[in-house]
Amino acid sequence: MSSFDYPTYPYRPGPEQLGETTPTSPVIVIGAGPVGLTLAIDLGQRGIPVVLLDDDDTVSHGSRAICWSKRTLEIFDRLGLAGPLVARGINWRVGRVFRNDREVYRFDLLPEAGHKLPAFINLQQYHVEQALIEAVPETVDLRFRHKVVAVSQDADRVTLTVETPDGRYTTKARYVVAADGAHSTARAALGLSFEGRVFDERFLIADVKMKADFPTERWFWFDPPFHRGGSTLLHRQADDIWRIDFQLGPEADPAVERQPDRVLPRLKAMLGPEVAFDLEWVSIYTFRCRRMQRFRHGRIFFAGDSAHQVSPFGARGGNGGIQDVDNLAWKLAAVLSDQASDRLLDSYDDERVPATDDNILNSTRSTDFITPKTAASRAFRDAVLSLAEEAPFARALVNSGRLSTPHAYDGSPLSTPDGDPFTGGPPPGAPCPDAPIAGTDGQSAWLLNQLGGDFAVLTFMSEPIDTDLRQVRIGGTGGWADPEGLVARRYDLRPGTCYLIRPDQHVAARWRQADGAKIRKALQRARAAGGPTVITAPMEAR
Amino acid sequence: MVTLTLAANIPDPDGFYERLIDAHRGLSDADSALLNARLILLLANQIGDRAIVDAALEKAASLSTDP
Repeated sequence: MSSFDYPTYPYRPGPEQLGETTPTSPVIVIGAGPVGLTLAIDLGQRGIPVVLLDDDDTVSHGSRAICWSKRTLEIFDRLGLAGPLVARGINWRVGRVFRNDREVYRFDLLPEAGHKLPAFINLQQYHVEQALIEAVPETVDLRFRHKVVAVSQDADRVTLTVETPDGRYTTKARYVVAADGAHSTARAALGLSFEGRVFDERFLIADVKMKADFPTERWFWFDPPFHRGGSTLLHRQADDIWRIDFQLGPEADPAVERQPDRVLPRLKAMLGPEVAFDLEWVSIYTFRCRRMQRFRHGRIFFAGDSAHQVSPFGARGGNGGIQDVDNLAWKLAAVLSDQASDRLLDSYDDERVPATDDNILNSTRSTDFITPKTAASRAFRDAVLSLAEEAPFARALVNSGRLSTPHAYDGSPLSTPDGDPFTGGPPPGAPCPDAPIAGTDGQSAWLLNQLGGDFAVLTFMSEPIDTDLRQVRIGGTGGWADPEGLVARRYDLRPGTCYLIRPDQHVAARWRQADGAKIRKALQRARAAGGPTVITAPMEAR
Repeated sequence: MVTLTLAANIPDPDGFYERLIDAHRGLSDADSALLNARLILLLANQIGDRAIVDAALEKAASLSTDP
């Protein structure tokens, strides 16, 4: 049924199986999905050797996650991976919402120019995984058909039992990251569970290959003429493949509904009798909105679906997982290269648990709007939809999915709170917005590319500041030009303004007037160094 | 001549909607209708301007019930 030619990656035994002595690995990542691969690549590029174990020998079965957000693409771009993905993916930013056959609402996810990367691309998960596998650096030992079957830990290391075609072996690591999906073996091995809601509603995904003239937009129908009583979502993917997602109701029988003789009439009713299409992939799913209480358990970390699950409305599953490991990679690398103590890793929970709660909240609200559970809820939903066409206030209430946005780590222990007045720009904890800049010879560049993947300072000063960190200086002799004034606007820059930026391109601290001592103190805090009171210099006599 | 506000005027619209739906959780249809009736009366009293309430009544009644 699928037009995708699945690659097969060969099984190779690990050095442990060949009788070689194996020192404890710095990091073992379980699961070579998009989340595990991104983490392994990020760590590997930072010079940390990684063992990446996967129980399969190919990429994702079916298109699965297809919507990759701007923030995820910026993370991929930091790793040098975004270009080919964006070239292959379908770039979109407009969504339309229909009720019956009338458009009630339209949204634009990136209404402004001056960003390197688009609001979203749609690209099948198997394409993303294949591209990531090809980008794995030498520092990553990627092993296919190595299935983790047991996990234990003590104060110093984690021990894994791994099953392969050649039998079982054990291996050890200082840290383990379980990116092994909703049915995580590691989570089960530790006896850990989820908290949250399970939804009964069943949905049908039908991926079809067709030449269609729908625009490259996200289209969502409430109660369309071709699928009365349910909702339908249409997304374009690469290779002329379209994702069509039908709400089936809680009573639908998955064994029956996945049969082509049930699926094809639904598609024909929607697309019309004259449209020729081939069925690519069919899946019936339900979903949960839930998370583990904590994502760090000793030396074991959970990331992506192994840690939390959301409904698909809002594209917050895959993107949330990529943002988990964006948060974790630099911290693990800092600890493993002795630039920070183990306590820095506690901030993974401090930052990603609230981010996950935000994803779960938005995803749950969308689900409750799309699938009303009570007569009153349905009445309000229908009332909102009937008002939305002519009353803008009601459009704000129409919720067909609030699409993934990066989380600002408000109140993070790694952030230095603002002491100086700012009226705009990303506050401490927030992700850095991109903007176009120009070099001294006039060549154009992008701010986020210049910030890079280590701690950096962004300044609006005439002279360099006293720091060993990478400096991106806007203005002044030898600094970057801000040709459209967008850096100044997006960062609320005034002469003297300085931002300390983390390796994941979130803001650690910012000042109206900075010096080397302020930067050093904020850097210590961003690396979770020292106690709550750090005395750096004696009080000056007055 | 009164103008009914149709522009967005509710802060945190998703949070408001969630609160509204949560208030009905576990209620029978009759109790939900009673809750809504009380809510409308309270809000109408708060608005306190017959012209605005009348305009809202007309707008709500003017929309077709068919999808």
